[in-house]
Amino acid sequence: MITLEKKKPQAQALNNVVIRFVGDSGDGMQLTGTQFSDTSAMFGNDVATFPNYPSEIRAPQGSLYGVSGFQVHIGSVEVSTPGDNVDLLVAMNPAALKTNLYAVKPGHTIIVDTDSFTKKNLEKALYEKNPLEDGSLENYRVIQVQMTSLTKEALKDVEGLDNKSITRSKNMFALGMVYWLYNRSPEHTIDFFKKKFKTKPHLIEANKKVLNAGYFYAETIELIPNSYSISPAKMAKGTYRIIMGNTATAWGFLAAAEKSGRELFLGSYPITPATDILHELVKHKHFGVKAFQAEDEIAGVTSAIGASFAGDLAITTTSGPGLALKGEAIGLAMMIELPLVVVNVQRGGPSTGLPTKTEQSDLLQALFGRNGESPVIVIAASTPANCFNYAYEAAKLAVEHMTPVILLTDGYIANGSGPWRIKTVEEMPEIKNHLIKEAKENWHPYDRDPETLARNWAIPGTPGLEHRVGGLEKDKVTGDVSHVPENHEIMVRTRAEKVKRVQNYIPPIMPEFTDEGDLLVVGWGGTYGALHSAVKELFEEGYRNIGFAHFNYINPLPKNTEETFRRFKKVIVCELNSGQFANVLRMNIFDIEFLQYNKIQGLPFANSELVEKFKSLI
Amino acid sequence: METATLNNKYTYKDFANDQEVRWCPGCDDYVILRSVQKALPEMDVKKEDVVFISGIGCSSRFPYYMGTYGMHGIHGRAPAIASGVKLANPDLSVWVITGDGDSMAIGGNHFIHVLRRNIDLNIILFNNEIYGLTKGQFSPTSLVGQKTKSSPYGNTQPPFSPGELAIGAHGRFFARISGNTPKEMTETFVEAQKFKGTSLIEVMQNCVIFNDGCYLKYTDKTVREDKQLYVENGKPMIFGKERDKGLVLNGLKLEVVNVGENGITEEDILIHDAKEKDPTLHQMLIRMEYPLVTGIIRSFDDITLEERENALTEEIKSKSSFHSTSDLFFSGETYEVK
Repeated sequence: MITLEKKKPQAQALNNVVIRFVGDSGDGMQLTGTQFSDTSAMFGNDVATFPNYPSEIRAPQGSLYGVSGFQVHIGSVEVSTPGDNVDLLVAMNPAALKTNLYAVKPGHTIIVDTDSFTKKNLEKALYEKNPLEDGSLENYRVIQVQMTSLTKEALKDVEGLDNKSITRSKNMFALGMVYWLYNRSPEHTIDFFKKKFKTKPHLIEANKKVLNAGYFYAETIELIPNSYSISPAKMAKGTYRIIMGNTATAWGFLAAAEKSGRELFLGSYPITPATDILHELVKHKHFGVKAFQAEDEIAGVTSAIGASFAGDLAITTTSGPGLALKGEAIGLAMMIELPLVVVNVQRGGPSTGLPTKTEQSDLLQALFGRNGESPVIVIAASTPANCFNYAYEAAKLAVEHMTPVILLTDGYIANGSGPWRIKTVEEMPEIKNHLIKEAKENWHPYDRDPETLARNWAIPGTPGLEHRVGGLEKDKVTGDVSHVPENHEIMVRTRAEKVKRVQNYIPPIMPEFTDEGDLLVVGWGGTYGALHSAVKELFEEGYRNIGFAHFNYINPLPKNTEETFRRFKKVIVCELNSGQFANVLRMNIFDIEFLQYNKIQGLPFANSELVEKFKSLI
Repeated sequence: METATLNNKYTYKDFANDQEVRWCPGCDDYVILRSVQKALPEMDVKKEDVVFISGIGCSSRFPYYMGTYGMHGIHGRAPAIASGVKLANPDLSVWVITGDGDSMAIGGNHFIHVLRRNIDLNIILFNNEIYGLTKGQFSPTSLVGQKTKSSPYGNTQPPFSPGELAIGAHGRFFARISGNTPKEMTETFVEAQKFKGTSLIEVMQNCVIFNDGCYLKYTDKTVREDKQLYVENGKPMIFGKERDKGLVLNGLKLEVVNVGENGITEEDILIHDAKEKDPTLHQMLIRMEYPLVTGIIRSFDDITLEERENALTEEIKSKSSFHSTSDLFFSGETYEVK
């Protein structure tokens, strides 16, 4: 263990720092982490956060599998991931220390609550000896604090508190210490308590006392040699808020509904990690949102198809196994050519897989998981904040092209959060639609817009436009049932062409760092942050021959995809699966060798592994 | 819904279209189609507000033959599709067309939940106790022992009774009608439309190809009046060619008695109360094998899901300070970067 010299605290400037708060699932680590990241964001830092909790509701206290964590990365420079290795670990018990020690950079700081290092807790964490005493932590700066006792001491004069709530507020003691360590004011959190416990003044007082106690403790003990300052980041002007990916997705749909003048209908069935979109949308009845919790995934999507037929902006939200169940209905929506957005927040698969872990392995399911030839638009969001844009874009493409759109996000960006520069509906692009308001002579339900090939949208309640749609093949003109062989071929090709033409309405791929050179790093979806920061690190080291192309549009691909790849000697496709996007590219572009970098561990990419891989290729 | 009376300006032809109807000759489906087309002009609805949604199967081709809006959906999912249509636009008159395979097997889950929720839909269940379009396998309403293509030695799976299932799922409206009684069918459809909530009409529909005569012991013209009790709300439950038989309650069981025998008069016969909330007696009527009870057995008025949703939405709207998404986006904790 590093012996700490007594010296006067002095703030040391840092560019960025990664902090992880870990404890039992009842220890309030999510709240602690959120408060720290919100405070830092308001101070002006760029932030990225990621919660990590067990799939059990409440695992036994002190157990290794019951550890819940929240990681936050703050910076005075752009921060694009929650970070791989941590500068500061706050571990509330032995199990939390044991399961997270691997992530702490050697020489960096660990704060522990020594009161929790009891014989019983050490046994539960499968420690044979107390790690605080056996010298195994000598490569770290360990700050041992009797957090539980100090919390009790701080609260001895506050009335109306039971033992349980006293012990539970020790997370605020830890937060107070961290605020002091990184030169942050506890004021924001105190305001938060004032709002949260409006009717329970004793809880405001208690939490404030413990928070301040932690803050002053860190200041006075002089155990901490110095504190750190991270100055505000350079960010675009505007009003910001910290937003979670799933919330951003929900809000993107709210904005799209307002812009398009359609009411929003969500048909959904709860599934991790997509459910928070449902949780968010059910709150917004004041905007007329119809959020329907259906009896299963199939009813979720089919109710949305019904709502779309009746003229609503209809969406359904799910995760991998749910998308599998929705497949037949998406085929119907594709056949009857109605707008429908299907959100798939990907998680580890197959089957029930790793429900709380992230993966990108539903890409082929999204592209091909239906019977017959049934192309749909597939797009992917890449950061928590841009889930807003891509949800909006998914709705816009669905309505403008009269087709289902699958929006892929993943557990990592859906649960992660970051700053979002608030966009108003006025700032968002127009959403046109193909609604027909009145009967025209010689009208057919499958009349198409010559540019997009979108059919028109005649909704029940409109006189004179009564018509029938259905899953049976349609006559190319009238839309009536047709079993004519040649007609089927024409319709299959037309539906494919309709999706293909979306290329004319999406932006070209624009490589970052360089648009020609030795190596092009290719990614899609939620790996943007990790890939971007790895390539940026190399760029800053002086490598000017690596470019980075990240795809948000997957079906169709941007028009200039092939041409972009040809400007690089090597192309490496990086994915959290065994190579699904690489294979899609191979299907489309035959004579380019696509190298692969794949990780299938339910974990996001680590910066170091990417940097090492890219270096080996140039 | 438009409340002005439409003065029956429509005829059944307004609800037909130019598509060739392709069911087997002699199929009861033709009777049902025509009865629906005849019922619609009797209702207070505009043609453009009528939507037919179906699943898969012979019955589910129905929407293609209507002059209204319609969707031929996917297997068993019509109630869910229709729920979306109705929740999106509660002003529409939404009809679900389904068969016993479609709604009792693959769509069983949606069937029970739509009834539980009480969305204002009308479900016409074509029950022929067989899978027709897949060519003759037993269905969830086929009888034990029934020989079919998938049960050559006799069906071993006991059947569902749609009415019992509906009541178990808190169904508020249930009617059972013979496929060969168009007049009663038409009247029942009109009543179903008037009813606020999910109405389920089971039509005993004969499949001439794979299960011909399955209901003959009840529906044949020579025995119909003796074997069926057609109930009407507020009227005594009397049946028989001579109108001399009726139902009385004996302890916890329904019993058939002869009027004029053992001192029994018409006064003693039970009066049908379809509006009763407690489904016990309705359940007993549904279960009877002799006589087979037809007509509107249950019609209990209750609040619909869309009424609940609408009331809640209005309440939330009236309390909310959010008028546009910008109000939401800028609410709570935001900060400026200058």
